[in-house]
Amino acid sequence: MSAATLTAARSLIATPAQARTIGSVEGRRAFAFKEVGKRFGDKIVLDGISLDVRAGEFLAVIGKSGCGKSTLLRLLAGLERPTSGSLTFGAAEEGHSRTRFMFQEPRLLPWASVVKNVEIGLTGIAGVAEARQRALAMLEEVGLADRADEWPSVLSGGQKQRVALARALVGQPQILALDEPLGALDALTRIEMQQLLERIWLDQKFTAVLVTHDVGEAVALADRVVVIGAGRIALDLDVPVARPRRHGSAELAHIEGTILDRLFSRA
Amino acid sequence: MSLATRLARNGVAGWLLPAAIIAGWEAAARAGLIPANVLPAPSAVAEAFWRLTLSGELIRDIGVSTLRALSGFAIGGSIGFVLGLANGLSALSRGLTDTTLQMIRNIPHLALIPLVILWFGIDEEAKLFLVALGVFFPIYVNTLLGIQSVDPQLVEMGRVYGLDRRALFFRVILPGALPSIFVGLRYALGIMWLTLIVAETISASSGLGYMAMQAREFLLIDVVVLSILIYALLGKLADSLARLLERLSLGWHPAFQKG
Repeated sequence: MSAATLTAARSLIATPAQARTIGSVEGRRAFAFKEVGKRFGDKIVLDGISLDVRAGEFLAVIGKSGCGKSTLLRLLAGLERPTSGSLTFGAAEEGHSRTRFMFQEPRLLPWASVVKNVEIGLTGIAGVAEARQRALAMLEEVGLADRADEWPSVLSGGQKQRVALARALVGQPQILALDEPLGALDALTRIEMQQLLERIWLDQKFTAVLVTHDVGEAVALADRVVVIGAGRIALDLDVPVARPRRHGSAELAHIEGTILDRLFSRA
Repeated sequence: MSLATRLARNGVAGWLLPAAIIAGWEAAARAGLIPANVLPAPSAVAEAFWRLTLSGELIRDIGVSTLRALSGFAIGGSIGFVLGLANGLSALSRGLTDTTLQMIRNIPHLALIPLVILWFGIDEEAKLFLVALGVFFPIYVNTLLGIQSVDPQLVEMGRVYGLDRRALFFRVILPGALPSIFVGLRYALGIMWLTLIVAETISASSGLGYMAMQAREFLLIDVVVLSILIYALLGKLADSLARLLERLSLGWHPAFQKG
């Protein structure tokens, strides 16, 4: 275990609200949570989360089930409103959707062809003819151009999730929120999807927020990993490993170990 | 491919059994096993068919009955569909009307015949009312069920992707409810003929039921059997049309995909 990494992590826990510029390319802010709390009735799910994320960053959020990580994502996507604190976004760009949400399930409309499903991502953004062009181009990107006119029911689980990814990205969102979208896939398809996601992220430069319970996946993909525990940020750690990253490399394994230690030392 | 599989593919297989029954029936009638005043031979029924077709009587009666059936269906079906949609989409509407409708649903609509005759006499309104009431409930119940069973995850997805209420209804909710609505439609078509037959048998001055009752008066048993067969064919025709519509609009559904 490297002492330097741990020290860096500790100093960040001490000042979670501090603006972060480490490794920043442009330093522009994508969004910021300021002392955000969320309660459902008496149950406190999030308790004063402060998080500043710069544009283009790949952030992974890890935590045990029920720790509030999905709630964090739903707040970000506007599916829930915070009980306390505030949530600010960077300036929205013309012609881009601001936040897109990728669910755990593909959630494709079974009665619409693959390309029509992708076009839903352009609702209110592009006209009919343009939407089809852009949807087809996005399908090309995820390697499903030849399946454009088929029904979703004939696709495999991984292919469905690729269509869902195309739908999320076709509107060129500034922020992509991913709620364990690879959780239901088999191990090999999962690695394939991770690589696809990384490639498109490098290409389109959106801000990605990936909620996952798979620490390996988080360190393989993210620039920065946040661990949520008991409704607070328990750890905020950079993953300063160059890309392309190799699955199972010693460097990644080491960071994974650090995070796992933190996850289990404070139950 | 064996002969049997090929016949099944062409839809011929379904007609083999009725054809065999008719052949057996004809043979039995000719051999004198079935007395003609109990059940006339198929050839006698065919003769009656030909006679009534030439006189124009049959076409007129079928036309009158079909018109009644479809008008009643259109009235009852559209009210049921609209109420099903309203109650599926709005909790307020459901709270106000569903209990009442469920109570009325449990009255067999044919039990209302005496009341309906008192209200409308034996005119067209009486038959339209009965048919409309009969088809209303299957359409209503299945439309409501269809809308309530639309996957809420898809609805949430639609909202997240910015579909407005109209788009959400036409692109997510209605297509999701369609399989169930079709079940209601096919069920309602069956009830439509049933109700009409009963209503026309009791009180009418035209139509297939009237034709059958007239024939009974004059002991024309071949015409009675003919009218029953025509009911069977019309019922089958309506069901086939519904199936065709189903196949055309539910092509996405795994149950309707070939191979």
